[in-house]
Amino acid sequence: MSKLLKDLKEAIRLSGLKDGMTISFHHHLRNGDRTAVMVLEAARELGIKDLNVNISSVFDTHASFIDMIKEGVITGIETDYMGGAVGKAISSGIMEKPVIFRTHGGRPGDIIRGASHIDVAFVAAPTSDAEGNCTGKMGKSACGSLGYAFADAMYADKTVVITDNLIEGILDKPSISGEYVDYVVAVEKIGEPSGIVSGTTKITKDPVGLVIADYAAKAIEASGLLKDGFSFQTGAGGASLAAAKYLKDIMMEKNIKGSFGLGGITSYMVDMLECGCFEKLYDVQCFDLGAVESIRTNPNHIEITAEKYASPWLEENMVNDLDVVILGATEIDTNFNVNVHTDSNGCIMGGSGGHSDTAAGAKIAMIVAPLSRARISIVTDEVLCKSTPGSTVDVLVTQCGIAVNPLRPELSERFKEAGLPVVDIHDLAEKAKRLNGVPLKPQRGDKVVAEVLYRDGTLLDRIYNVID
Amino acid sequence: MIINKAYAGTLESSDIFVEIEPADEGAGIELKLTSAVYKQFGPQIEEVILETLKANGIEDAKVTANDRGAVDCTIRARVEVAALRAKGEV
Repeated sequence: MSKLLKDLKEAIRLSGLKDGMTISFHHHLRNGDRTAVMVLEAARELGIKDLNVNISSVFDTHASFIDMIKEGVITGIETDYMGGAVGKAISSGIMEKPVIFRTHGGRPGDIIRGASHIDVAFVAAPTSDAEGNCTGKMGKSACGSLGYAFADAMYADKTVVITDNLIEGILDKPSISGEYVDYVVAVEKIGEPSGIVSGTTKITKDPVGLVIADYAAKAIEASGLLKDGFSFQTGAGGASLAAAKYLKDIMMEKNIKGSFGLGGITSYMVDMLECGCFEKLYDVQCFDLGAVESIRTNPNHIEITAEKYASPWLEENMVNDLDVVILGATEIDTNFNVNVHTDSNGCIMGGSGGHSDTAAGAKIAMIVAPLSRARISIVTDEVLCKSTPGSTVDVLVTQCGIAVNPLRPELSERFKEAGLPVVDIHDLAEKAKRLNGVPLKPQRGDKVVAEVLYRDGTLLDRIYNVID
Repeated sequence: MIINKAYAGTLESSDIFVEIEPADEGAGIELKLTSAVYKQFGPQIEEVILETLKANGIEDAKVTANDRGAVDCTIRARVEVAALRAKGEV
């Protein structure tokens, strides 16, 4: 029997999707994704409601979720990240059930060990054949890696591949094998290319960001880990990318041959691969066109599943092999706990992604952040939401100095020996307070709008509704 | 005192844009503040603006301030320049 169906509604009917079930999506099409909304609109037209949506990230392109929540089509959301548009509505308390936040490693871990069941998975595939052998590396909506979609496709009761590039014959070297796929639907487009991948992400020109990046690279050099075999992950933020650039300069100058670069991959990491700073890139998600092109053409740029990337239940996951990860923060407190879920008003505008996974796995988890952003102190006495536990965060690099977690005295010694400005994190918090003043505490309601699960599934924190 | 419409500052992050317009004698200060950090610092920003206007001899004026997270010393500087310009002193 052919898996190829005439439209999405037929796929939804045949999948057996009913009220109260869980459907899943992946976020490689990022802010260009049309698939999740397309599927949910079709389900709504079929009269299906009370759906639990497990989606690896929610972007602003999913803003119509807000209406579907109000209509009762969506009654639950499980995700690793939620952008400001839906986040603000959730923070105002529009949904009865709290959002469940996981991490990029915890999500596939929970799907695979059965703690988070998916009834029907929908895989947005930039290229597929009629059997559901599919890849993200080719097609007009090419997004590169499909890393987050593997666990969904393999462990859901039913899996539907949605593609806008259905090819004749059998797809050579698929990412996800058709053996996991029940139905295939061809649509006109699965996403808007402009939102799927950005052009080249730019390194910051902000002098504060450059000072932070310079300290970060020098601290990595001083840590003792920067030698042949070095492994590394960095975020796509301006200061993180600038740090990677400075690090590359040091590696080139000293002829250091690293082993691998990991994570969401940008052109800067591709550049480091091509310059011989790493032997391999292991890629769970491509951030820009350069990364997509590289994963398609360079055999040393390798797609990995989210489970392999970061699942705490998989002993040989990649984050455990990381030497250094550079991460951002919206807030970090004097116990080194980091908030990446809410803004300074306590309103949801982010999520862990792989933040707490890499922090737990890497030998050094380094936060790069300015002391304050537009009068909001980044270094505080207590974070509004604990996204990543302070016990897993080793170093904070600001323009006013480097604070080292007291759990890592040897790092502090090495940084001092290298002449780097090591400071106490309490002094940074005081300095921020002197500069900005003491803010009024945000008004918090008593309704839990989200639960933040740590990568092992335990409850880390609760996010409450925000009163305007 | 005769004051003219004048402004200072920008809408860049960490700055504040301040505009001063004439008002009838005895009308006092009519301050309209919007701020990216209103919830955290609203009353404090208003106090700094009013103090700085007073110190610069502005008693009757309509003042509009659009704050993008400026710290107190920046707010004082922008308000003072707007006041000096309103009075025609710079």
